[in-house]
Amino acid sequence: MYRIVAREDLAPVTKLFVVDAPEVACKAEPGQFVIVVVDEHGERIPLTVADYDRRAGTITIIFQEVGKTTRLLGTKRPGDELYAFTGPLGLPTEIEHYGTVMCIGGGVGIAPIYPIARALRAAGNRVISIIGARSRDLLFWEERMREVSDELVVTTDDGSYGRKALVTVPEKEILEAGAPVARIWGIGPAVMMKFVSLTSKPFGVKTIVSLNTIMVDGTGMCGACRIEVAGKTRFVCVDGPEFDGHEVNWDLLMARQRIYLDEEKRALLDFEKCPSCRGETTA
Amino acid sequence: MPRERIPRHEMPRQKPEVRRHNFEEVALGYSQEEAIAEAKRCLQCKKPACVEGCPVQVRIPEFIGALRNEDFRRAAELLKDRNNLPAICGRVCPQETQCEIRCILGRKDEPVAIGRLERWAADWERKAGVQVPAPAPATGKRVAVIGAGPAGLTCAADLARLGHQVTLYEALHEPGGVLMYGIPEFRLPKDIVRSEVDYVRQLGVDLRLNSVIGKIRTVHELLEEGFDAVFLGTGAGLPMFMDIPGENLSGVYSANEFLTRNNLMKAYLFPQYDTPIKAGRRVAVVGAGNVAMDASRTALRLGAEEVHIVYRRSRDEAPARKEELENAEEEGIIFDFLTNPVAVLGDDKGWVRGLRCQRMALGEPDASGRRRPVPIPDSEFDVDVDTVIMALGTRPNPMVFANAVGLERTRHGTVVANEETGRTKLERVWAGGDIVTGAATVISAMGAGKRAAADINAYLCNGSPEPWWEEPAPATAS
Repeated sequence: MYRIVAREDLAPVTKLFVVDAPEVACKAEPGQFVIVVVDEHGERIPLTVADYDRRAGTITIIFQEVGKTTRLLGTKRPGDELYAFTGPLGLPTEIEHYGTVMCIGGGVGIAPIYPIARALRAAGNRVISIIGARSRDLLFWEERMREVSDELVVTTDDGSYGRKALVTVPEKEILEAGAPVARIWGIGPAVMMKFVSLTSKPFGVKTIVSLNTIMVDGTGMCGACRIEVAGKTRFVCVDGPEFDGHEVNWDLLMARQRIYLDEEKRALLDFEKCPSCRGETTA
Repeated sequence: MPRERIPRHEMPRQKPEVRRHNFEEVALGYSQEEAIAEAKRCLQCKKPACVEGCPVQVRIPEFIGALRNEDFRRAAELLKDRNNLPAICGRVCPQETQCEIRCILGRKDEPVAIGRLERWAADWERKAGVQVPAPAPATGKRVAVIGAGPAGLTCAADLARLGHQVTLYEALHEPGGVLMYGIPEFRLPKDIVRSEVDYVRQLGVDLRLNSVIGKIRTVHELLEEGFDAVFLGTGAGLPMFMDIPGENLSGVYSANEFLTRNNLMKAYLFPQYDTPIKAGRRVAVVGAGNVAMDASRTALRLGAEEVHIVYRRSRDEAPARKEELENAEEEGIIFDFLTNPVAVLGDDKGWVRGLRCQRMALGEPDASGRRRPVPIPDSEFDVDVDTVIMALGTRPNPMVFANAVGLERTRHGTVVANEETGRTKLERVWAGGDIVTGAATVISAMGAGKRAAADINAYLCNGSPEPWWEEPAPATAS
């Protein structure tokens, strides 16, 4: 069992947990993910590592409550234990000295972009960051991002905070202004990553995205997470989660994310009716 | 002696029309009377050929002798002297090609039902209460066993019984490997796997779940951290696909994914369990091995109306056990032999709507000795399905080899190891099971785990005066 040692509610539906997992913390690197199972009836879900503390032996995860499993996870408090917590999985971000880089985080994607920006800065890069969310209450970690960025732009879709724009607007402006950006990282919902990639493509700037697909084991066993990159089938869990956004087949990715939409709706509905009934009310 | 004239006792099974709608075990096991009567058929050979056929050399005539004398406790003890997982082996071993095929009775009559007796004795013990043997005095040696599947569990159990301190690392949240995620409940109830794994833990094995070696530690780090030996038993967990158009459409599963969702994650109990599964109405399973049979029969139980096995060769070449083919046929699985998929067809939303196939004919024998299937020109046709499950075999997961310098591998991704001892080319590292052979059987992996445990024990107790690695006599390339 893996104990939750701290919790922070970053937004009404966005939660941060610090989880006691020394063996994972010992090896975790930016860009990697963990598989979490909430309880013994739970499903295995991938969550990106938002931070790690090797000395304290903890991993920080941030998640948005969207479905049954994340809603259930959101009911957990410090001292509660998670049934399973496996990682660090996937390949780490390729941190190098590139020169100037851009880090774009959308919504809950701000969480995984943070350790990447921090590591890129530590590697001597000039880091331009853009973080955005639908509205002010979904934004978090602005200060943290400011600390690890040379420049930070904050946007909201509805203009409730920062600039009223999608993250791709400042992205395009910065590229058009001729900033010598060597590489871009964009993390957020699939549709945002698709447009971050489309925006940078005409400028020929390599754009790395971190894909969050459906997974079961997370170690290459099942292939639930398979996608197409440059026309080839790849497994997000072991070949990724980071890929070249210009080569990802986004339509396929988004179609595959919707495979269990009906079941997800059903599970959420059951959960809302009775959080502890385990679907037995309608089974 | 009238003994030989007693016919082999059939084992009661659920009727096909009933069992195709439930996940309960198909085979129901002997009653005590049937078990004793079957045990009485054994000739108690002085030089038992059956034992030679067993990868772990179970003391077959002796345990059957104890059954015959109604000393069931002794029967279980004798079984477990060589086999730490008898309730599992009694269910999933291909006895017909191992022990039973060598039974002297089989020459004129049918062989003794060794597997069914093994199952009965193990089940008896589980109900009566399992006795854990006292371990040998502690040797102070530490062994890391990686992968809690058949090979790892066997190796870990044997080493613990010999007094070594064993840490067993498992990547998933439940131990058992393929016994948990691959083989369905209706062939191998998970309570039985749990109970035999518990036995291994009671022998003193320290089981660490959710621990992916290659990620939390490399093999070299384990050796540096004070483990005297490392055994790799991580199996062959990576699914193969056909590389045909449409394979990534929604509704195409690897058999691994389909079975893992259903067996390990219990998707058949959704929404009581959170993992969903889509069995579809009309299902095509590609392949004709045991895994394909498991996937097809699982799809049926999940409510599919029509399930096809699509296989490019004929029934004679199908790699599944005969018993599993028959079970599937009885349950109404439709077999499309000499049929090869060439594309998965999708609808405008990215879901499977069919499988395009071509007819095949058998030509000259190929490298495997089986007649090579060749396409019949202009024979393409479409099968109307909404789910496709690829059961084409698996290969080893390379994760455990992260930074494992010195561990030589073949071009198939399997690790090079001495078949008798399990030694790899990296000193103090052994390997056994599917990671060495590619996908094979539970019992062959257990046999490899057992042989490696014996060599690890000899190495740890006596040191290794002989060279660590000697090139085996050149064999045919696999």
